[in-house]
Amino acid sequence: MARIYLLLAWTWLRASAQYPIPLVMMTLGSFVLNGLDVAAIWIIFEHTGSLGGFGLAEVMFLYGTAGMSFALADMLFGNVDRLSQHIRAGTFDAMLIRPVSAFVQMATDRFGVHRFGRLAQAAVVLGIALPRLDPPWSRLWMVPLMIGCGLVIFVSIFTIGGALQFLLTDAPEVSNAFTYGGSTLTQYPLTVYGGDLVRAVTFIVPLAFVNWQPALYVLGRDDPFGLPYGLRFAAPAAALALALAAALAWRTGIRRYRSTGS
Amino acid sequence: MIEVDRVGRSFTVGRGRARRTVHAVRELSFTVGAGEFVGYLGPNGAGKSTTIKMLTGILAPTSGRLEVAGLDPTHRRTALARRIGVVFGQRTTLWWDLPLRDSFELVRHLYKVDRDDFRSRLAELAELLDLGGFLHTPVRQLSLGQRMRGDITAALLHDPSVLILDEPTIGLDVVSKAAMREFLRRLNAERGTTVLLTTHDLGDIEKLCRRIMLIDRGRLGFDGTLDDLRATAPGGDSLEDVVARLYTGEREPAPGG
Repeated sequence: MARIYLLLAWTWLRASAQYPIPLVMMTLGSFVLNGLDVAAIWIIFEHTGSLGGFGLAEVMFLYGTAGMSFALADMLFGNVDRLSQHIRAGTFDAMLIRPVSAFVQMATDRFGVHRFGRLAQAAVVLGIALPRLDPPWSRLWMVPLMIGCGLVIFVSIFTIGGALQFLLTDAPEVSNAFTYGGSTLTQYPLTVYGGDLVRAVTFIVPLAFVNWQPALYVLGRDDPFGLPYGLRFAAPAAALALALAAALAWRTGIRRYRSTGS
Repeated sequence: MIEVDRVGRSFTVGRGRARRTVHAVRELSFTVGAGEFVGYLGPNGAGKSTTIKMLTGILAPTSGRLEVAGLDPTHRRTALARRIGVVFGQRTTLWWDLPLRDSFELVRHLYKVDRDDFRSRLAELAELLDLGGFLHTPVRQLSLGQRMRGDITAALLHDPSVLILDEPTIGLDVVSKAAMREFLRRLNAERGTTVLLTTHDLGDIEKLCRRIMLIDRGRLGFDGTLDDLRATAPGGDSLEDVVARLYTGEREPAPGG
């Protein structure tokens, strides 16, 4: 599976290298565009010392970790939510007649360097935040783990969004609300949102485990919503549960696939 | 090689009150033996493409049982893909932005074809289908005829025992059509590859198909040789008339029914 992924991604990368100028422009564009997000955070802190009870470095930490997870997920598997385009164009049929996973073929379709722009930007933000926070070494192990779990959670959401398109070929936007919406939501401390929303993203769509809960552990903060302490370590379980749900949704979707006329 | 046993496929279309069930294929049964060359005919919307998609594992049937090259297409889709070749005339299965040669190289990896087998087979196919001039051209820049030859090559690089073609000659000029037919004829005669093709081109049928199956409104209406097909009509009719009569004739309600 991983071998096929790398093979397809490499082939697409080579093909895209035929057009170096649009490639550089798109990479730069995505870097700059996402940089505006950080500028917005900066402007907020020009006017106030804290956001939802969290300082600038802490907010940048939340932004950077969620950004890394989302950027990696989007880079590796974000294309999966383009399923309806492939169904309408008939190219999904072509993927189904090949002896490798249609999921991997979808994910690698048109793989290009521009997918690295967002990742670089999130890494820079995290790189600025971490030394300022200077969390104890004994807690730093959580950082790579939380980025990994966040990656799995976002990939699962992309997958479920893609699987939904087997039913809703005309409404791919529905899934965008959860993928891109989820990415934006996790950029800020959850204290800026209401308690109901926080409970929903903790227990229904587990976005709180992308960065919020594990970050409380890394930053050594009390949970402003008073949820159990153990939730800080629940990210792997939440990621696994969501990944299983996503795999099931995808399999069911493929079975129910209707193709197009002709 | 292909076994279809009382297979049905229905689709639910429309919403709310306009919701209804369309039976694209119903109670379809036939078998195709190894080495046969079968033409699969039918008017537009008769269920040809639906059948092809079920045979290749793209669509799951709603009822009945299918077996292709010894495998159930729905449950063993990726394993089946290694044993069959599939070509859609209406759309390419090649990678649009990649040069043809890169597409083939990718196919080699995806189908796990041995490097030496791949080289010799590609050399053979490139000569038979005259690919030399455009092997390094991106697929999107190829003419329809060139692209079709590329698609056929890609479908045969893993040496499948069954080749399924959905309108392989559609849109091709006279010369390309003739070359394509000659290639398919030789493939079937010399390598013994089982071929099932759908077409609206009766030239394909006359030149290639020893057996003809005709599907209409989801059911098999005729199954026999070209001579059997001609014999269904009074002498002197062209093949076109015979087929047209079968297409339209069966649409009239049966007497008393």
